This record gives sequence, structure tokens and C-alpha cells, in this order.
Amino acid sequence: MNLLIGGLVTGIAFGFLLQKGRVLRYDKQLAALRLQDMTIVKFMFSSVLVGMVGIHLLNDMGLIAMSLKTTLVGANIVGGLIFGVGWGLVGYCPGTSLGAVGEGRIDALWGIAGMLFGAAVYAEVYPQLQANLLGWGNYGKITLPELLGINHWLIVAVVVVLAVLMFRWFEKKGL
Amino acid sequence: MKQAKDPGSWNPYLAGALTGLVAVASVLFTGKYFGASTSFVRSAGMLERLFVPERVAANSYFSKYLQPGVSGFDWQWMFVVGILLGALLAAATSGSFRLQAIPDMWQRRFGGRSGPRRALTAFAGGSILMFGARMADGCPSGHGLSGVMQLAVSGLLALVCFFIGGVLVARLLYGKGGQQ
Repeated sequence: MNLLIGGLVTGIAFGFLLQKGRVLRYDKQLAALRLQDMTIVKFMFSSVLVGMVGIHLLNDMGLIAMSLKTTLVGANIVGGLIFGVGWGLVGYCPGTSLGAVGEGRIDALWGIAGMLFGAAVYAEVYPQLQANLLGWGNYGKITLPELLGINHWLIVAVVVVLAVLMFRWFEKKGL
Repeated sequence: MKQAKDPGSWNPYLAGALTGLVAVASVLFTGKYFGASTSFVRSAGMLERLFVPERVAANSYFSKYLQPGVSGFDWQWMFVVGILLGALLAAATSGSFRLQAIPDMWQRRFGGRSGPRRALTAFAGGSILMFGARMADGCPSGHGLSGVMQLAVSGLLALVCFFIGGVLVARLLYGKGGQQ
């Protein structure tokens, strides 16, 4: 029960910030995909930078556990590209679609109905996929520092520098 | 941190950084990482089992997330519902709630009478997106935020592919460049 309330409260905080950052709307999502307005990329990478430092710090202190998704090169790439195609059409992500409804975007309801349908279709074809594509390129639950054999703080530092350079470039170009 | 153009909005860097803090606090206090697309599998399964419970129980994918007779509502499901409530709260308190069936950008490109086409495209796009998300084992929340934060190879690969697919389709729909 506490876990459910925790989920609700965390979701409310996330939805509040997504709306305040103006990343929920179709126009912002498509403007990023059209490389015209990088608001959602700024939001996403700011949260990634803060989260990345926090997670690695707490993990080094032994206060939290990592929760990695298995790297399946074939499924990550093919599934990721299919996701992108659908994303360009609907203009919402699974999480932001609910938030978009919260700020009155009715077209997101059609997107959510489609997402439920897509999940049901995936469940039908999963047994066939599991025997083929899903097994290809399984590297297990691996991080980039582990793959490269480099200390994670070095990678964290590189990611921070690259992101800050990207942010500066966005601001210079007015994106 | 208000921005002149859009009253009530916050700087996206600030809102994003605060989201990062919320994500870290969530992991620290409840051990839960952000994610959203699994809840759509649970919801689809719960809806489908109202009509064909045997079929859902026999399906190897639904069975990973739903046990017969057990509710599928979990931390993440409540988190996703919370996103709606949080966005509603922020929109209502800043006067930016707006009922809208056709997004502005879409309307400028496809006209004010393109509502049915928008609905169909949103449904088709949603279906394709979720199929891809489940194949990739995550969406921009699970892979993009939680995965990349942990520097997971799966998250980095998926995030790059999300954008490649999205940029290609946006180019096809709206052409190169053009007005916003």
C-alpha cells in the first residue's frame, strides 16, 4: 500500500515538472524531432545529468541498488527505431501521453488507446520474437563503463562535459 | 524562473534538474526507477482478461507481468496515473490547461478540419510506438531517463534509436526545415 502511494506521489511530482518544463505537448515533441526547439532534450539531459551523478554517488556509498535492463542489441535497436517511428506520428511518449491528457490535449487519448492496442499486439507475437530477434546480441545487464573497462566517474565526467557543450550550442543557435 | 514567452512555464533545465532529484529520491527511498511502458502491458492485459481471461493467462508475455486473479496495479501503474494528476495540477494552477483535439503545429500543416486524420495518426503512432517500446524493453522513461542515468548500454542504444526513428518520421510528415 505504501509503495502504491509512493508511486502516485512520485508520479505527481514528475507530471508537475513535465508540465512546468513544457515538454508534454505535441508541438514541443515534434519541434525537437524537427530539430527546431530542443526544450525536451534540455529537460531530459538535465534530469539525466543530475540523476547520473546522484545514482552513481549513492551506489558507491552502498545506499541503493542499480536496476539495469539487459542489453539485447537487436531488440534495443530494432525496437528503438520502431518506437521512434511511432513517436514521430503520435507526438507523445508513454509517460507524457498521460500528462498531455492532464493539460487538456484530447488527441493524446487516441494515442493512449493505440498504445494499449500495441501492447496487446506485442503480447501476441512475443513467442515468435523471443525465438528469433530477442535473443540476438545479448550482452547481459551491462553498463558503458563495464563494457569499456573504465572507471564510471570518468564516463560520468565525459557525459557531463558533452551535455554542457550541447546545451551551450543549443543556446547559441536559439534551439 | 519564469519565461517571458509562456507565463507559468519553468526553464526546462531547472524543471529537468528537479526531475533528476525526484528520480534519485525515488530510488533512494523506494528503490524504484522511473518507467512507464510496462504499465501499458499490465493495463492491456487487465482489459483483455475481462473478456478472454484464459487467453491472457495462457500468453507468455502477459504472464510475465500479470498473475491470474491478482491485481496488476503496482508502483509504476500509480506513478503513471500520478503523471496525469501532476500535469493537471500544474496546468490548472498556471492557467495553461487547454482542451485541444488538434495540436497547433499539426493544424498549421494539415488544416483545421484534419481532426479525424489526427486521431487516426495518433492511434496508429501509439500502437507502433508501444510495439517498439516493448521490443526494446523500455520507453524514454525506462531507457531514456533511468537507463541512461545508470549508463546502461541498453538505455543508450535505445535512446539514440528513438531519436533516429522520430527525426526521420518528422521529416517525412513536415518536410525539411519549414516554419514552426
